[in-house]
Amino acid sequence: MPVQESSKQSTQRTDGARADRKRRSLVSWLLGGGVAASLASFFYPVVRFLNPPAASEASVNEVAAGRVQDLKPNSGKVVKFGNKPALLVRVSETEWKAFSAVCTHLNCTVQYQDGRQQIWCACHNGFYDLNGAVVSGPPPRPLEEFAVHVRGDDVVISRRA
Amino acid sequence: MSAAELRARAAGWIDDRLGFGAVRELMSHKVVPVHAATPWYYFGGITLFLFAIQIITGILLMLYYRPTVAEAFDSVQFIMTRVEFGWLIRSIHSWSANLMIFVAFVHMFSVVFTHAYRAPRELTWLSGIALLGVMLAFGFSGYLLPWNQISYFATKVGTDVAATTPAIGEALARFLRGGEDVGGATLTRFFAFHVIVLPLAAMLLVGLHLLLIQKTGMSTPPWMDRSRVRTMKFFPNFFLRELMVWYGALAVLGALAAIFPWELGEKADPFTSAPAGIRPEWYFLAQFYTLKLIPSHVWFLEGEMVGLLFFGIAAVVWVALPFWASNPDGSLRSRLVTGLGIFLAAYLAVFTVLGYVK
Repeated sequence: MPVQESSKQSTQRTDGARADRKRRSLVSWLLGGGVAASLASFFYPVVRFLNPPAASEASVNEVAAGRVQDLKPNSGKVVKFGNKPALLVRVSETEWKAFSAVCTHLNCTVQYQDGRQQIWCACHNGFYDLNGAVVSGPPPRPLEEFAVHVRGDDVVISRRA
Repeated sequence: MSAAELRARAAGWIDDRLGFGAVRELMSHKVVPVHAATPWYYFGGITLFLFAIQIITGILLMLYYRPTVAEAFDSVQFIMTRVEFGWLIRSIHSWSANLMIFVAFVHMFSVVFTHAYRAPRELTWLSGIALLGVMLAFGFSGYLLPWNQISYFATKVGTDVAATTPAIGEALARFLRGGEDVGGATLTRFFAFHVIVLPLAAMLLVGLHLLLIQKTGMSTPPWMDRSRVRTMKFFPNFFLRELMVWYGALAVLGALAAIFPWELGEKADPFTSAPAGIRPEWYFLAQFYTLKLIPSHVWFLEGEMVGLLFFGIAAVVWVALPFWASNPDGSLRSRLVTGLGIFLAAYLAVFTVLGYVK
């Protein structure tokens, strides 16, 4: 029966083709998986490398900000507090104030304005009063206030507990 | 619309605007001869691959490196101890630099022994030699950047050797050092060479080199009948094989970098004596050792100068290879070239080992 035989052959052929396709797709998957895995192994260290390690500088709680006679009443200056700036203000002969000099709006460094007796941020015209509270302008939060101690001739700024 | 149709349409849209069709057309004509020496064709590609790794890891290192005397060493130490995978990135950069130069030498000698430099490929040879010079300059400048004892004194020696060049020596040394002595000015200078000047030169030269190869096609050794040599399509057949070779190179590189991380040594101190075992990178060792062997005076000339003169003449002969390799009747002086190639390779190998051991 030649007709039956030929149909059998053709069935075998399609079976073979199907198995072949299966093998091919398996090989493709293995290849693609291998490439994907190696790409991941290349990019993972690179991404981790790009992430900067935490600052090594220990956080500072107290700094000497200079001598009493260096600052006249109704004036202010920016001093280093760890790796951030702080603003020291001599309000009067005996009254001192200190704040973080980092504006709460967009991180500019603020300055003391003796005319208005307020703290001013030049970047977006924000004003704070001498308690650190926002008077006008875009800053969303008050400035962090530090404690000031006068020890003899030295002015010391410390973080409030 | 099916996914395949969508892809075809997107490809067509890009093709219409960028004309990738022309590139594909060019690629489809590129073929690689298949014969006993075919494996040597891979070495140029490996060099290029390692160069790409240098660019990537170099950019990464630049994110943390600081090119000043006060900070250079500490910043590299920071990369190696504090930055995640920093040790690996730096180690890969150093290992890949060394492997690249080694593979470039292999590539050069394979070109010599298969006489691929011959007309019309003189410019390909010259651009390749220029690339090798750029790579050596990369190595010399990069060696100083970590600012450690060994590299500091090696740079002093290296720039001193440059100073013995007749006529222009002093000016050349001053130019390299950015002053009378190796110091902060040298460091910023070498940094500028290493990250801007040399990369630009290398990119231009690589572009020219590849363009010339594309133009002339791959060379077959002169003892083969070109018309009877089988060929393989470059894309995708040869390219996929090359990719596999790159994978292998990467495996070797990764293993070396992970198992033998590159050392940092001690911070350079100009006011200490040179430590024992000062020597340049291995690819300058053969010349370094040769200079050591020459007595301080030969006839009426200084020993260093004699050595440099000898190297200079040898370099000119070597660079001009394609121009004297043929007889006036057009036949190749292949035995002479092969002999010279074997001599040079043997000299470099033996003197590098001697320089390392002694």
